Amino acid sequence: MKLSTEKAGRFILEKPQENRLTDLGPRHYWEYFPPVIKENYGKWAYHDMLEPGVMVHVSETGAKVFTVRCGAARFMTVEHVREICDIADKHCGGYVRFTTRNNIEFLTDNLESLEALKADLLSRKHVSGSFKFPIGGTGAGITNIVHTQGYIHCHTPATDASSMVKAVSDELFEYFTGMQLPAKVRVSMACCLNMCGAVHCSDIALLGYHRKPPIVDHEYISKLCEIPLAIAACPVGAISPDKTADGKRTVKIKNERCMFCGNCYTMCQALPLSDKEGDGVTILAGGKISNRISEPKFSKVVVPWLPNNFPRFPEVISDVKKIVEAYANGANKYERLGDWAERIGWEKFFEKTGLPFTEHLIDDYRLAYDTWRTSTQFKFTDAAWAVSKAAGGID
Amino acid sequence: MAFEPKRPVKEINYAESRIYTDAELNNYTEEELKNFKVKHEIPMLEELEKGPWPSFVADAKRNALHRKKLADGRLLLDKEGSEDLLGLLEQSFEEGETHWKHGGIVGVMGYGGGVIGRYTDMAEKYPSIAHFHTMRVNQPASKFYDTNFLRTICDLWSYRGSGLMNLHGSTGDLVLLGTVTEQLEPIFFELTHVMDTDIGGSGSNLRTPSCCIGKARCEFACVDTQELSYELTNHYQDELHRPAFPYKFKFKFDGCPNGCVASIARSDLSFIGTWRDDIRIDQEAVKAYIAGEIKPNAGAHGGRDWGKFDIQKEVIGLCPTGCMAMEDGKLVIDNANCTRCMHCINTMPRALKPGTDTGISLLCGAKAPILDGAQMATLLVPFMKAEPPYDNIKELIEKIWEWWMDEGKNRERIGELIQRVGLPKFIEVLELPPAPQMVKAPRSNPYIFWKEEDVIGGWDRDINDYRKRHKR
Repeated sequence: MKLSTEKAGRFILEKPQENRLTDLGPRHYWEYFPPVIKENYGKWAYHDMLEPGVMVHVSETGAKVFTVRCGAARFMTVEHVREICDIADKHCGGYVRFTTRNNIEFLTDNLESLEALKADLLSRKHVSGSFKFPIGGTGAGITNIVHTQGYIHCHTPATDASSMVKAVSDELFEYFTGMQLPAKVRVSMACCLNMCGAVHCSDIALLGYHRKPPIVDHEYISKLCEIPLAIAACPVGAISPDKTADGKRTVKIKNERCMFCGNCYTMCQALPLSDKEGDGVTILAGGKISNRISEPKFSKVVVPWLPNNFPRFPEVISDVKKIVEAYANGANKYERLGDWAERIGWEKFFEKTGLPFTEHLIDDYRLAYDTWRTSTQFKFTDAAWAVSKAAGGID
Repeated sequence: MAFEPKRPVKEINYAESRIYTDAELNNYTEEELKNFKVKHEIPMLEELEKGPWPSFVADAKRNALHRKKLADGRLLLDKEGSEDLLGLLEQSFEEGETHWKHGGIVGVMGYGGGVIGRYTDMAEKYPSIAHFHTMRVNQPASKFYDTNFLRTICDLWSYRGSGLMNLHGSTGDLVLLGTVTEQLEPIFFELTHVMDTDIGGSGSNLRTPSCCIGKARCEFACVDTQELSYELTNHYQDELHRPAFPYKFKFKFDGCPNGCVASIARSDLSFIGTWRDDIRIDQEAVKAYIAGEIKPNAGAHGGRDWGKFDIQKEVIGLCPTGCMAMEDGKLVIDNANCTRCMHCINTMPRALKPGTDTGISLLCGAKAPILDGAQMATLLVPFMKAEPPYDNIKELIEKIWEWWMDEGKNRERIGELIQRVGLPKFIEVLELPPAPQMVKAPRSNPYIFWKEEDVIGGWDRDINDYRKRHKR
């Protein structure tokens, strides 16, 4: 059926219910499987990574499918998607797949077309030089960084996503195209702690963060918001009712209680938080989702704040590299970043990465006590001697 | 295995559906692109055209040039959307603040989700993106496509939208970024009539479910994640489109405990494939791994020389329960003590496979930090068969929703409600017996909320009886 080119398309404004189709749900997945996937569905016996980004899956029937995984910016234009289609039509029978982490996967059951496909993918570059389809993202390396919208399309961000991910990915590129780490390292990015990307269980999480309490738009708040909802939105009870000098209903903020979560702004647009000097980036590390060897775990805050230094975020890159390099040098084979930090102890994590340990990293929110040390089992590092000196325990 | 869609579906053939000619699709040269400057100064964004990683700026620029060169009338939206978006982004970098306002209430009739209103606060300077709404298109399970589908949606989105999209959004939808209010219904009609597909969830709805690659190309998949995702997505279309919940609710389906779609960290109901019989062992393949004939972990560590594979150190020694051993040259597993962590299977995939009596573990309540801190999903049902039509699963889902809709406060996720009211209350509502599998350890405080009926004689007592035994 042809796409309509009428301005209103098939929709009739005067009769909006006419011919309306609803609740169709998504297309059925089966119609988009390449033949080799249909034929071997549920029959796969094993797989091998032939080289970074290239996998072969072998079926019980002996059939093989080769997959080439390519990195991608998840913000993508129709121009790029059409180019993906050209490649899929040329080499892959018109099929293509995207992964949960925004990689593109081209599949073929033919070894000869695999070589042609790889060569074609690597030959395609943007006019400014960056790869359009870098091959990698498998095994013990760093795959695509999942992220959120940032300044491109969101109203609550404390930083930008696409630019930070581009900048960090450029610097970590050797780990995308290689498999030289002790285990996979999942890097994720969210531009505020709404975390629509749910980055809180990542090996390394980059998180946009506000540091100034909301400004109250006193003149307009009673017109823009339900004030009781704005008050109820605050998880720490920092917002209370107030009146302006001329008697208008408004709210006041106990600034010292604010934890900068931004939930009030989500509920009430008259309470903006964003600020050039206030906003920045927090780094968390050591989380994971897989149940492999150890249980899934949350990432921990290891860098409390870094500035939004657009467009390349040099401070963020420097700290991420410190973490990745210390991990690469110190961890055992199969050991995820968080498992390594726990084995050597977090005090050694800070020593080996060179990241400073500050008071911001000691939990003082709910359930904080669970993270405090209640034993004499610790390792001595310079940070420990600094405490001993401060207490007059040593000279 | 049933692979039939629930209703007849329309075929999409790009040769028939297309709007643009080949000449229109290839309407600029590399040379023109090299020399192309967008209408705003964007030095910081141009810096991001460098470096090896795919540049979203370079991509946005070619969309801008392509649109600029299309003849008048070949786009329904302003041609300069990509250029204005880049200008706005550059200005946000300079000022360290976003220029998008709170979303307004826009959508398609009869639905309360799938469309997110978006307006800039710089409409005078960037008029072509004054309205820039998002539409979420429900992706096919595990995100396989053919080029007829993708090329058709590209033509539709060039013509009636900005040509900018996300493949994919965090929840899993194919996200169309940027159109105007008057085009929302026409786009919805084209999606449903021509592409025979639907939009996804947003707001206090069931959000678009998503799943791992499952049995399509993974030997570890214990359950058919695509089928389960497709069936529940279709079965709960009403919940997906029409907000009736206290807040969002997410389903995600992982085929095994490796958790490739991260369901345990980011879904209100996390379905994770597992098995309850024994790990299958091919002793010959075990020997081949020991002899170094097969690379461990499917070659995932090929970028560094880690030395010869050592089954004792790399598999048996790392088993979290210590339930493995070599005996008389054979690998033995004490399956009753295995916690199915997948390490041995991941490391020796040609020798070890999950059992064949498979199903799901069901976990509940994960969420990101807003509002009371992040939560991971809590184990609710250790094992459940997962076979069509999944009535056992649907029954449990509906019990959970019913309780949450009764008890949940506005914007309270199910995981927060369980924390507020307590896990014992939740399992009571679901009529599940308590089990040590649900906790890491029993409680260490003795503050048990005994109920009156738990205690012989109840709580009503007479002070005069007491005083007969105890003087004041």
